Amino acid sequence: MHMSDALLAPAVAATMYVMSTSTAGVSVIKLRAEERSSDGPASVKLPTMAVMSALVFAGQMVNYTIPGTGSSGHLCGSMLLTSLLGPWAGFLSMIAVLLIQCLFFADGGILALGANVWNMAFYGCFVGYFLIYRPILRSRLFAKKGVNTSNRIKLVLAAVLGCIAALQLGAFSVVIETSLSGITELPFGAFAGMMQPIHLAIGLVEGLITSAVLLFVYEARPELLQDLKEGEQVENKVSYKATISILAIVTVVVGGGLSLAASTDPDGLEWALFGNTEGGYSQNMGLDEETYGVHDELHDRAAAVRENTAFMPDYSFADEEENPAGTGVAGLVGSVMVAVLAVAICLAGGFLRRGGHHKKKPQ
Amino acid sequence: MNKAEQAWRELASIDELVTQESPLHRMHPAGKLFLAVLFLMLTVSFPKYDFTGLFFYILFPVVGYQVAGIPMRSCFRKLRMLLPFLCAVGIWNPLLDRTILMKIGSVELSGGVISMITLMGKGILCLLASFLLAATTSVGDICYVLRKIHCPKLLVTLFLLTYRYLTVFLREVAVMTESYHLRAPGQKGIHPRAWGSFLGQLLLRTIDRGQALYESMLLRGYDGEFPIAKAEQTGRGELSVVIIVAVLLLVSRVCPVTELLGSIFVG
Repeated sequence: MHMSDALLAPAVAATMYVMSTSTAGVSVIKLRAEERSSDGPASVKLPTMAVMSALVFAGQMVNYTIPGTGSSGHLCGSMLLTSLLGPWAGFLSMIAVLLIQCLFFADGGILALGANVWNMAFYGCFVGYFLIYRPILRSRLFAKKGVNTSNRIKLVLAAVLGCIAALQLGAFSVVIETSLSGITELPFGAFAGMMQPIHLAIGLVEGLITSAVLLFVYEARPELLQDLKEGEQVENKVSYKATISILAIVTVVVGGGLSLAASTDPDGLEWALFGNTEGGYSQNMGLDEETYGVHDELHDRAAAVRENTAFMPDYSFADEEENPAGTGVAGLVGSVMVAVLAVAICLAGGFLRRGGHHKKKPQ
Repeated sequence: MNKAEQAWRELASIDELVTQESPLHRMHPAGKLFLAVLFLMLTVSFPKYDFTGLFFYILFPVVGYQVAGIPMRSCFRKLRMLLPFLCAVGIWNPLLDRTILMKIGSVELSGGVISMITLMGKGILCLLASFLLAATTSVGDICYVLRKIHCPKLLVTLFLLTYRYLTVFLREVAVMTESYHLRAPGQKGIHPRAWGSFLGQLLLRTIDRGQALYESMLLRGYDGEFPIAKAEQTGRGELSVVIIVAVLLLVSRVCPVTELLGSIFVG
């Protein structure tokens, strides 16, 4: 789900950066407050966070066989980190993982980092945790089956539902961000229809793998799962009602994904705005398709600048009418020249290097 | 070779590239980051049919790689991560956008084909620039710049520690996977029965290791501050290089340089 830079327009990338950095800022403040309130010395969590992020990164390199399919799945990092470190520390650890992936493994771009943090860390660490994972673990679900069995079932349920919700929301964000950037001709509905079902399957498998790891931790070192411990202490505080409402939210999220997948209508949003002229929103509100109804001086001036500077104003070749091939051929010839120049620079660089300009630093 | 081993080797190769000596390696990390971000922003801002304009931008990374003395092929392996998703998104454009925008002899190029080529081009250019930044800037320098742009200390230290610890974990996971597969020949991945225990075992050891690491840091005088090496001061010459490159980037974004070059010959 890592987005590359090419999939985002600068404005969308910047917006996502603002959203992610503000969440990171809140997480740092919350984490410091947590440290101050606990008895232990400050920053005691930092090394644990670092080794856990490194572990999740390395753990994502492991292929888990999915029986009967021949394919394999991976670990859902944000859910595992959050369940063991808490949401704030989990979110920051995920940022470290994504930053390393983007810088050293070209997995996601530098500009797209804000979007990637949002899509892959935010939903798992906050939505998945606060709305699904924690309430389920603290609830009294399956209490009749005995403490151990009930805890095990709750862990599996919380991890699987949390991962599915996180991945569905993440995939949906990818669709929104790409569509807003105007990268793909694929209509919004069809793109979502492609992404959501795939990520439903991925989310289910990642959830199962994550729950398997959490179950192992529960058997070996139950004290590491803070929420389960707190759940046993405060189990009377959370009612069935809360849990059921959370399950309803998950159902809506997952169901929304599925219904989008089933939709054959090419683009619901555009249709609603412009296609449905009879009782259409656009007609009533006086919008036009070109500008989506945005008319102000700044916008007009920006449009004029764009018209003047764009190589192909309004996405067509400038003098296509007079000379259908002229501009295109000039562009292509220019491209060939640039390519020749690039090769020449490479050759010149190689030639100069052989002269011994670039030596390794003495170790 | 399993994936963890591969990732470990990739990290090691970048580490090796960073230790080289070149003007780009010596350049102040803030200048490099500024140029890289400017390049990325301008690259992605090209309109979707402007592939000839975009094509000129290839010259910037090409010159950069030559100045840094880094072979361009070293980052082509990274394309395997990038291209599948770009293809999945871009492949629909030729099918849905069939307006003919260009004719070369009898070959007609539709808007969809051109926008797909532009998308791929943008992806490759961004990858080239990001890799160049990572291959010429040490982790210490990256942390220094992050601190300079007021990234929280906690996050920077976390990034640094994670990076340092990553190699250890990748080796460990590589050895574990290797030994699992030696005992379970013919299996593609980890069997569902071992899903929990495989990573769970490592996880428990990790948490203990994190504790031990923290204690050893305390013994060496750690007090919540992690010293980050300062980058060298910028010279006036370096600053002017940054400004010249930035201006070149902006000018070639606004003017259709490729087309102008071509029109010398086509007329």
